[in-house]
Amino acid sequence: MSNEWPLWEVFIRGQHGMSHRHVGSLHAPDAEMAIKNARDVYTRRNEGVSIWVVPAAQIAASSPSDKGPLFDPSRSKVYRHPTFFDIPDDVGAM
Amino acid sequence: MPDLFEWLCRMGDNTLVLGHRVSEWCGHAPVLEEDIALANTALDLIGQTQMWLGLAAEVQGEGRSADDLAFRRDAWDFRNCLLVELPNRDFGHTLMRQFLFDSWHKLMLTGLCESQDDRIAAIAMKSLKEVSYHQERSADTVIGLGDGTAESHDRMQAALDRLWPYMGELFQPDAVDDRMTRQGIAPDLAALRSGFDAIIADTIQEATLVLTDSRFAHRGGRDGSRHTEHLGHMLAVMQVLPRSYPDARW
Amino acid sequence: MYAQMIQSEATTEDAEQLAAFQARIDAGERIEPKDWMPEGYRKTLIRQIGQHAHSEIVGQLPEGNWITRAPTLERKAILLAKVQDEAGHGLYLYCAAETLGISRDDLTEQLLSGRMKYSSIFNYPTLTWADVGAVGWLVDGAAIMNQVPLQRTSYGPYSRAMIRICKEESFHQRQGFDIMMKMAQGTEAQKRMAQDALNRFWYPSLMMFGPSDAESIHSTQNMAWRIKINSNDELRQKFVDQTVPQAEFLGLTIPDPNLRLNPETGHYDFSEPDWGEFFDVLRGNGPCNADRMEARQTAWSEGQWVRDGLMAHAAKKRARRVAAE
Repeated sequence: MSNEWPLWEVFIRGQHGMSHRHVGSLHAPDAEMAIKNARDVYTRRNEGVSIWVVPAAQIAASSPSDKGPLFDPSRSKVYRHPTFFDIPDDVGAM
Repeated sequence: MPDLFEWLCRMGDNTLVLGHRVSEWCGHAPVLEEDIALANTALDLIGQTQMWLGLAAEVQGEGRSADDLAFRRDAWDFRNCLLVELPNRDFGHTLMRQFLFDSWHKLMLTGLCESQDDRIAAIAMKSLKEVSYHQERSADTVIGLGDGTAESHDRMQAALDRLWPYMGELFQPDAVDDRMTRQGIAPDLAALRSGFDAIIADTIQEATLVLTDSRFAHRGGRDGSRHTEHLGHMLAVMQVLPRSYPDARW
Repeated sequence: MYAQMIQSEATTEDAEQLAAFQARIDAGERIEPKDWMPEGYRKTLIRQIGQHAHSEIVGQLPEGNWITRAPTLERKAILLAKVQDEAGHGLYLYCAAETLGISRDDLTEQLLSGRMKYSSIFNYPTLTWADVGAVGWLVDGAAIMNQVPLQRTSYGPYSRAMIRICKEESFHQRQGFDIMMKMAQGTEAQKRMAQDALNRFWYPSLMMFGPSDAESIHSTQNMAWRIKINSNDELRQKFVDQTVPQAEFLGLTIPDPNLRLNPETGHYDFSEPDWGEFFDVLRGNGPCNADRMEARQTAWSEGQWVRDGLMAHAAKKRARRVAAE
């Protein structure tokens, strides 16, 4: 049972120069096979041009209980969004 | 049989028969990721079959299709090498067979990209990308299993010993091959051997396996003169519907 | 449906926490792996997603039975791609279940020992090529009824797996119907195969939704948790309403003398399947239960040396790399 292939998280960059995006997970004995397995499992429909794999155990994640302190403070920084500013129509596109 | 048709059947029957064998694993592989990868290999080979046998049917000019050639010829008309018709046996045999064939196939297709016949060069170029991946994957798996546990090592060695005598057939040109080579259509099979031996030697060594010195080669597949008993059984399954219901369209 | 008769697990946490959890679900929030969740929710989900995954994997077998006999190269490629998708869907679902703290090997062992179930439908045989069409048309058609709403299920990883699955599945039912059209318009022998396939798969397809669960407490709890979205009867009716006109289009007869459009409800009235047979199949007495389990057990046990071998090689490679540094 302990001999199960480890779990890997798979990130794929689509065709259009986007960021790598998490698409799912799979099992593989090592990183090289994880990349090959990701190619076979997650790009069957021409979905990708680049693959990253990361051992699932190596992912450090924020804790749900920290959600308030981590993310709420940014809500009040409304001036970071372009819609905060009123620019007269006469100025044209900005 | 005209040379070009005969030769195209050799290419198309190899991929047809091997694709069929690999597809037999679907739903039965040792682990899900391998199940999916094997199906991809089989799908590529079926696609290549459609191209090779499609061109063969066109060259033949008797109004037949790739499907007619695949499903309505008898075993003695098949021109695949013996290696690909051998049964899957265990996963080790399947992957060793795949690795040996892929390694030949990749060299052959590389040569065919230079074919004087544009149609053949086009098929080779499309297939080469697929087969390069097959070869990389099967080589990795052969290395992994050869170098794995004592059991996996022994199984891979047994597979290599059993399959090696079927390899030589792919490097022995006959009169058809010679004429294809002289016309600039296909590379010289004998000349592919040294490149093949180098690839095999590296991988087999990394897999901690031992290659026998024997160059004995079974033959009889590529000219259809003496297939193994296994091909007939395979065709009986594969062709059952078109043969049983000759008027049906599917 | 690929997950049938999922019993909800009892939950013993304190009322306040449970209420807060329920409020998140009611607000349409997704529950993510590291979020707090009631033990009953977690266990029920493992059972449901696990059963769903097992159904995909065992579901490869009835259609896989015809891969080597597909009648054209194109049909062979389509069928192989479809059965391969099912392996992929099983893989996605196992990964979703793994986020709940159970390993894929554990889930597999539970399937092979009979402690976990898979859908009853895959214990029926595929006897002719038309069965491949009928499975795509009816079985995938029934599964889609359930899978589309499950894209909105409360558990994030399950929802994301379903979204991917639904996207990929969209060709499955169509390829089945495409085969049925060819068969129904074909020779006499083909028409006979098509009708025979419908005769054998109609009631097992209705059984896929499970017995009526309007009164079930499990169903009520699972719906509150949004891991079940519609009642079994609701989905079954929808399936019948959708399928009857398709059968008419094909010129095939649904094997139910009581089938008729009810002008008052606007829905089709239809006969219940034989629920005695359904429970027999669940107990292991379907026509193919033993064959299906044997196939999976063989694949697993004969694959052990492969999984171990590649794992051992990876460990050696790592050790060599460390030694070289």
